[in-house]
Amino acid sequence: MRNVFLFIRRYFTFISFVLLQVLALSMLFRYNKFQRAVFLGKANEITGYFNSQYDNVDDYFHLKEENQRVHRMNDSLLNLLQGNFMKIDTGSHVITDTIRYDTSQMVRKYLAKEAKVVTNSINGMKNYFQINRGAKQGIKDNMAVINSDGSVAGQVVGVSENFSQVMSLLNVHTTVSAMMKKSRNNGRIEWDGQSPFYLTLRNIPKSDSVMVGDTVLTGINSYNYPPGWMIGTVADIVEDKSTNFYVLRVRPSANFQNLQQVFVIENLQREEQVALDKATQKKVDELNKRRQ
Amino acid sequence: MNDVVRNVFRFIFFIVLQIYVLDNVPPLHRYIIPMIYYLFILWLPFSISRFWLLIIGFLTGLSYDYFTVTPGLHAAACVLIAYFRPFIVNILIPKDTSEFNYSEPSAKAMGWAPYAVYVLILSVFHHGYILLLELLDVGNFLDFLIKVVSTTAISVLLIFTAEILFPRRLKYRTNTA
Repeated sequence: MRNVFLFIRRYFTFISFVLLQVLALSMLFRYNKFQRAVFLGKANEITGYFNSQYDNVDDYFHLKEENQRVHRMNDSLLNLLQGNFMKIDTGSHVITDTIRYDTSQMVRKYLAKEAKVVTNSINGMKNYFQINRGAKQGIKDNMAVINSDGSVAGQVVGVSENFSQVMSLLNVHTTVSAMMKKSRNNGRIEWDGQSPFYLTLRNIPKSDSVMVGDTVLTGINSYNYPPGWMIGTVADIVEDKSTNFYVLRVRPSANFQNLQQVFVIENLQREEQVALDKATQKKVDELNKRRQ
Repeated sequence: MNDVVRNVFRFIFFIVLQIYVLDNVPPLHRYIIPMIYYLFILWLPFSISRFWLLIIGFLTGLSYDYFTVTPGLHAAACVLIAYFRPFIVNILIPKDTSEFNYSEPSAKAMGWAPYAVYVLILSVFHHGYILLLELLDVGNFLDFLIKVVSTTAISVLLIFTAEILFPRRLKYRTNTA
């Protein structure tokens, strides 16, 4: 017993070094696995406070660009107003039914909420940014985040009371369903962790005539991202002889360096869609089991 | 100023500098990642015990991690350099304590060449370890090598710039304390 104590006393520094390393590494790997874990919680609130203080000052340096982006977005929305359109057929006229119930009533699928980026990083291989809206404001995991000019920025991965952590497109774990605007062919966007100025688009078949400068939008194969939002433009076409698919380098239209005002977009039918997906999977599995 | 108070201020200063200035530098190139916050550990007094050095290193790394959302990554690297710091200091400073009476590592205290070696070795350890952990997760080996060299070069450049631009008023170690 005495020897054990002597051993501990002799190698006390080394043992504490190993213990601290194990603690740090276990935090690191656990967090990577579950994406959010214990870490976001109180810590998020504290760093969030400091980050928003800093952000109050930093805002002034980006006001001009931000204004231009918002103005452009407003412009595009203005052109969608009902008042801009008129019926050509003068023979028809609108009759208002006495029962005011519109059977062709639209159901809302996507709901946008505004938020503000308080801290941002683009230097690492796994980049995240923090926004100043959290669970109290109705932010949930997996919501899409869109920049103020309507280009895709990322996806919520962690929520605390008043802040949320967003996984940027510039993150090696990101995959986003995407489609070519011209042909509506679906592929997926990834990031290789190298240049923050280029994303990679895969799975676009070679039968598609892709040209440099073509627009890439968010695709339909996603529960999180609303389809039809701009991701970027094709910057380079890499010929991959071994497959029938293109590898396209895409220049993102969002400027990740100065994200300021963003929109968080909620898919109101996400749960239903996911539940249906799971139920189908279960049924198929059961069928397969019975067949065996 | 009291040693403790001074180091607390230094700690806050380095973390804030790293998060709000260096991490916000526009991307010049993907290999250029400026890092200086761990200079806090390099500048801690000689007299600090090895155990407390480890604890302080861990807390420094962890508080930076809270802002970068990489729990444990920088903490692990800081604990590593905090562990190896006393060994390297022992090799580099003169054994005769009557000649050597500065309280913390600096170019003036250790001489330029030993100080450069001290900074270089610990920078390589710090960046090498962080990038190795990143390599295990994602990335390729050539990238890893280039990044270790480039980030170390940038950090050493920053540290020496700081050393030349802001000379610290060095306190002497006395026997009375």
